Amino acid sequence: MLDSIASLGRAGLAAVASLGRAHLLLIGILGGLPSMLIRPRLLVAQVYNLGVLSLLIILVSGLFVGMVLGLQGHYVLSQFGAAESLGVMVAASLVRELGPVVTALLFAGRAGSALTAEIGLMKATEQLSGLEMMAVDPVKRVLTPRFFAGLISMPLLAALFSAVGVMGGWFVGVGLLGVDDGAFWGQMQSKIDFNEDVLNGVIKSLIFGVVVTWIALFEGYDTSPTSTGVSRATTRTVVHAALAVLGLDFVLTALMFGG
Amino acid sequence: MPSFSSHPKQRSDQMESGSTTSRSSGDGSQRAATEALVRVRGLHFRRGEQRIFDGVDLDIPRGLVTAIMGPSGTGKTTLLKLISGQLQADAGEIEVDGQSIGSLSRSELYALRTRMGMLFQSGALLTDLDVFENVAFPLREHAKLPESVLRKLVLIKLEAVGLRGAARLMPSELSGGMARRVALARAVALDPTMIMYDEPFTGQDPISMGTLTSLIRQLNDASGLTSIVVSHDVSETAEIADHLYIIANGQIMASGSPREVAASDSAWVRQFMDGEPDGPVHYHYPAAPLEQDLLHSAVH
Ligand SMILES: Nc1ncnc2c1ncn2[C@@H]1O[C@H](COP(=O)(O)OP(=O)(O)O)[C@@H](O)[C@H]1O
Ligand SMILES: [Mg+2]
Repeated sequence: MLDSIASLGRAGLAAVASLGRAHLLLIGILGGLPSMLIRPRLLVAQVYNLGVLSLLIILVSGLFVGMVLGLQGHYVLSQFGAAESLGVMVAASLVRELGPVVTALLFAGRAGSALTAEIGLMKATEQLSGLEMMAVDPVKRVLTPRFFAGLISMPLLAALFSAVGVMGGWFVGVGLLGVDDGAFWGQMQSKIDFNEDVLNGVIKSLIFGVVVTWIALFEGYDTSPTSTGVSRATTRTVVHAALAVLGLDFVLTALMFGG
Repeated sequence: MPSFSSHPKQRSDQMESGSTTSRSSGDGSQRAATEALVRVRGLHFRRGEQRIFDGVDLDIPRGLVTAIMGPSGTGKTTLLKLISGQLQADAGEIEVDGQSIGSLSRSELYALRTRMGMLFQSGALLTDLDVFENVAFPLREHAKLPESVLRKLVLIKLEAVGLRGAARLMPSELSGGMARRVALARAVALDPTMIMYDEPFTGQDPISMGTLTSLIRQLNDASGLTSIVVSHDVSETAEIADHLYIIANGQIMASGSPREVAASDSAWVRQFMDGEPDGPVHYHYPAAPLEQDLLHSAVH
């Protein structure tokens, strides 16, 4: 009994301590911003690594999600004789929810896990210590460009996801199921509000980008430098990032659309 | 007969002559204090329950090759990390060139590190850069050189370790020994005043072993470097070192010139230097008798 209380306490302390380390790391990462701006090439390389290389999975997923939305939406809406609202439904669900959330989940799996493994292996192979010994701060040099690349890539990927998703919905709704083309676009144009829908979606995806990249970098940097340590850290990145994204999505949705 | 207790006096004249070359570059007033480039006093360090250093005093004399030997797992790598400020001592004082490592700010520590080279056990090359760029890395970071000068400098450094032809290979295409030599070229790229070698001999074939030992000696003597070689290879290390420290169980077990240490009559030092399986140090990790373990294996 006492043992289990003690181990609960230990786990709690460990969690708080790692939360503290994560915040210290974030401060260190942000402190690297000025030196990164002097050398934008490092940032560009990481935007390529994290963003461009994630494009394929994001575009393909977006297309399928949009097509499914078109099918399901048409099925429900046509029961109420409101099939012309399909465009609004597809666009709103993508821009507000599915775009940011699904993109963040895919981004955590595709780019976040790769980030953790890369940083963890750099630690395990003493590359980070090597940088330290060459008087180069590994946080500023290695982590900062990756962090800002994640922050830039996520909203762009989410926007592409939504755009391709709308095309998928249009293809199924208008192309296959015979919804009126003009109604599809016209209703979408009049009902989707820029501030209310689009901007809130962008804010969401920006926050998810920060959280996913931060978790991935922290797990890699904080890993125990062994192959087991790196593999566990990679798993933790995907699990923690997914939970954080879904939990935050509820909070953000309640704040943005609740009132 | 030389004994360990008397070695500081016997060595003092040799250290004197060894440091005369560096005296002209250093400030003369602090001569006595800067006799040793690195001074460690009363060093204590522990990892969890494990005491790694328990009151260690040592001096790394300027301009010489000092070897630190000991069985693996005694904390040789840890000592180098403490000296370079990657780890903080629990208690005690570490001074490098008169600066106390523990009290330096981050930027002061980084400034000091540009004058230190360290050769990691694994090489620690950046895997996303090729050999040339790895050696160029510290130069690009800290010396603003025109590209043509930088290229020449890097090629000279690579030539010195015999790997100019490998300049465009990636680290994953190198053998362990080659990676170590590239790392050596990188460690001396900024012409440091001190260089630390962590197990430079493991994984080297006899030819590169020979070149490496002479390279370490040459670098040390030609450019007035101070070298610290950490190793558990007794013969190679004793061959190039001017001064030896043997550490075990968190303490200095012996120190002196290689000849003095080799002539030691301490049973422990004898066992380490001659590589005998039995003696004061046990090869086996403490365990119950083998018969007992084998007979009761079903219990587990
Ligand atoms: N990151 C670490 N965390 C915990 N213990 C460590 C770590 N690194 C080394 N140790 C322990 O410290 C001791 C000394 O390690 P090290 O300095 O690498 O030994 P050596 O280089 O002499 O072989 C070893 O017993 C090792 O288990
Ligand atoms: Mg070691």
